[in-house]
Amino acid sequence: MLLRHTPKEVKDRKALTINPAKTCQPIGAMYAALGIHGCLPHSHGSQGCCSYHRSTLTRHYKEPVMAGTSSFTEGASVFGGQSNLLQSFNNLFSIYDPDIVAVHTTCLSETIGDDVSQITQKAIDEGKIPAGKHVIYASTPSYVGSHVTGFSNMCASIAKYFPEKQDYELDQVNILPGWVEPSDMREIKRLMSEMHVPFVMFPDTSGVLDAPQTGFHQFYPKGGASVPDLKRSGASSFTFALGKFSSEAAGEELRKKCDVPYEVMEVPIGINATDRFLMKVSEVSGCPVPESINDERGRVVDIITDMQQYLHGKKVALFGDPDILIPLTEFLLAMDMKPVHIVSGTPGKYFMERMKEIMGDDFETGNVKNGPRADMFLLHQWIKNEPVDLIIGNTYGKYIARDENIPFVRMGFPILDRIGHSYFPVTGYAGAMRILDKMLGAIMDQMDREAPEEKFELVM
Amino acid sequence: MEAAILKDRENQIFIKEQSQGEIACEKSSLAGSVSQRACVFCGSRVVLYPVADALHIVHGPIGCASFTWDIRGSLSSGPELHRLSFSTDLREMDVIQGGEKKLERAITELGELHKPSAVFVYATCIAGIIGDDIAAVCKRTAEKLGVPVLPVHSEGFKGTKKDGYKAACDALAKIVGTGDISGIPKVSINILGEFNLAGEAWMIEDYYRRMGVEVVSVMTGDGRIGKISKAHGVSLNVVQCSGSLTYLAEHMEEKYGIPYIRVSYFGIEDQSRALYDVADFFSFNPELRTKAEEIVREEISVIMPRIQYYREKLAGKKAAVYVGGAFKAFSLIKALRLIDMSVVIAGSQTGNKNDYKQLEELCDPGTVILDDSNPLELSRFVLEKKADLFIGGVKERPIAYKLGIGFCDHNHERKIALAGYEGMINFYKEVYSSVMSPVWKFAPRNNRRKSHE
Repeated sequence: MLLRHTPKEVKDRKALTINPAKTCQPIGAMYAALGIHGCLPHSHGSQGCCSYHRSTLTRHYKEPVMAGTSSFTEGASVFGGQSNLLQSFNNLFSIYDPDIVAVHTTCLSETIGDDVSQITQKAIDEGKIPAGKHVIYASTPSYVGSHVTGFSNMCASIAKYFPEKQDYELDQVNILPGWVEPSDMREIKRLMSEMHVPFVMFPDTSGVLDAPQTGFHQFYPKGGASVPDLKRSGASSFTFALGKFSSEAAGEELRKKCDVPYEVMEVPIGINATDRFLMKVSEVSGCPVPESINDERGRVVDIITDMQQYLHGKKVALFGDPDILIPLTEFLLAMDMKPVHIVSGTPGKYFMERMKEIMGDDFETGNVKNGPRADMFLLHQWIKNEPVDLIIGNTYGKYIARDENIPFVRMGFPILDRIGHSYFPVTGYAGAMRILDKMLGAIMDQMDREAPEEKFELVM
Repeated sequence: MEAAILKDRENQIFIKEQSQGEIACEKSSLAGSVSQRACVFCGSRVVLYPVADALHIVHGPIGCASFTWDIRGSLSSGPELHRLSFSTDLREMDVIQGGEKKLERAITELGELHKPSAVFVYATCIAGIIGDDIAAVCKRTAEKLGVPVLPVHSEGFKGTKKDGYKAACDALAKIVGTGDISGIPKVSINILGEFNLAGEAWMIEDYYRRMGVEVVSVMTGDGRIGKISKAHGVSLNVVQCSGSLTYLAEHMEEKYGIPYIRVSYFGIEDQSRALYDVADFFSFNPELRTKAEEIVREEISVIMPRIQYYREKLAGKKAAVYVGGAFKAFSLIKALRLIDMSVVIAGSQTGNKNDYKQLEELCDPGTVILDDSNPLELSRFVLEKKADLFIGGVKERPIAYKLGIGFCDHNHERKIALAGYEGMINFYKEVYSSVMSPVWKFAPRNNRRKSHE
């Protein structure tokens, strides 16, 4: 009983978070920056932040994650980090030779008031940024928002910096995939190819954080959105900003800078959200959804048909990032399951509004919370009061799942103890199949494990 | 990409019998380098983390707490409070208005909820910058809760991980000396700098008990406030992880006149020495030495035949060692030598001049010795020196694998006990399984090698 210290009685907490269902901005910014080819993220602050973010991303992806740090000392925190950042540019470009350095701040550099944009300008003015190289930056104070906010901020910076406005329109669309896995980005790209729709996707961590073993340690693996593609994105006819929390800001920047119209859509998880996404892509591009994709959809529906008796009425507790939870909840409801406890550490009113829309009456009877003190401790207390049949969330859910003996499906960030997330998508119809496979597997494995001998059956 | 060396780092790389002068170390990392180092807070957190009946409240934005949530497999035989993650989750308004009130409420609420034996309050970068008077809050709440509430001054930017160790020692020093020491026998020790990863502290304690030595406290593996409070009742402190707990040992020597010795529990030689040194300290009781010799004989006779198997398989293979503290590197070099493996790269994140001197003495000519290295250098030397194995921590693992060589974690991520005699077998087994894994048959590096042969 690892969480034996969790009491059943829910008391209002005022000042603390126990077992957080979120983390801080810079790691999101680092992840987004890794989705640009030849980009080296740089953390402007103490060494620890950078080290933690690299470690966590490394554990999640089992891949080398590179990033520089300004290595703040006490001096830098008193006199400001300008000289550290200038020296960093020197060293980063001369040693690691990135095409792009993506600087993000930390709570420390934000609080002492370092103006990264001014410092960067100074570096450019002083010729410290080699010709043809780029520096982008995002303000990512750790005490605002969450890791999702940091991801969004870095995406917005990418959208602000690279796309070039043109007076012509290219026959292509932009896809801002939101904070999803390399596998999901790969899947969305596959769907687009299947539909013959030309596109630019950024960030794109496929090929970066799921790189093959080559016998070399490549500082800049071959994946990631390229600079020419990013530049061209300014001439696209439309932008799909997937996930309001992670992609809306970038969509808006692209519109402001290059007049590319955009629509915020949900990350295509489950049948409804995928339907909506593909229909919209079809509408914008004029390319019909091909038979092959319709067949995939049909297979998902077929699985649900075959298995509905095991899905009906199953109570689910879920936690994670809002852009994932929203379509996932909708998918669970579509399968006649009952999402009863939902927690997201990421703040933002829209989450509750949208959940209310999706859940209808279930919203009132269920427990839904995001923002301050929406943490795993609370989720555990809710589960103690109203047990569930399944938990879906990142690795940290394993404590609750074990203590309460509840089947558990890993989905979200971070997943530190399993593989699969970077290779198999949860988006699109293929992703819906994988979610079904994982959920049914978890639920039925437990039934098999715990069924009394006389009720143990070959066929389920 | 051409693997270059940062000019300013050239003197932090030393090649035995090729380089001139001595290695530069104990420098802060260069701004802009991809350093493998962490911060002051990290140092404090990893040292104090295993104290299982205390609350560990991180006063800062959420990241500091979430990234250190249960990152060490430090086992507890009782309470599991240490495995929870408590944070004041500072928001923008707190940064503007100060976070003291929030902290005070957090300590009070948690104190009432969990009834801990003590509370550690970690100051992070931001708590330091906004100037919260954490010590005052701790004092006030300690009176209210009736248990020690200890500030840990671990603002991330105030130095390196090492300074965090010191901050942790300062906090521990406030607990030491507060307990009742009547009844503690003369033949008694504390084990310092042993964190009970995979139950290692239990193995070590058992050896000492079999010798007839009472272990009063382990700091901090399977740690309890009550035991730590009695730590000043012992005759000797035995320091395993020298980097982290030497400060406390020094403090206890000064304040309570308790001498300390440095030991290592990694490797047969060092493990045995760790038992003998303690026995020799209590030389008035020769029985201890006899028992120690018995234990060593017994344990070695069990593992030696098994080691022989690994030696036959692994002899001639080359290893790269890049670990946190230098002391661990010494033990690893000796342990690898025992199975006729050589070390071609040896480095640490936080070694001092003395450490590197010892390291140089221990290494073979041509060995690359590195201080505060980075992935570029590491992968360059691994290829250059044709290493077959990398021993390091979480961030090094995927680099080694990408290069197509075996890996052994000697840091946070390890799940098996590597200390003691049994640990040696575990270690060799892990090295063997990684270096000899059939996966390398499919690995491009192996193909490339073959085509060269």
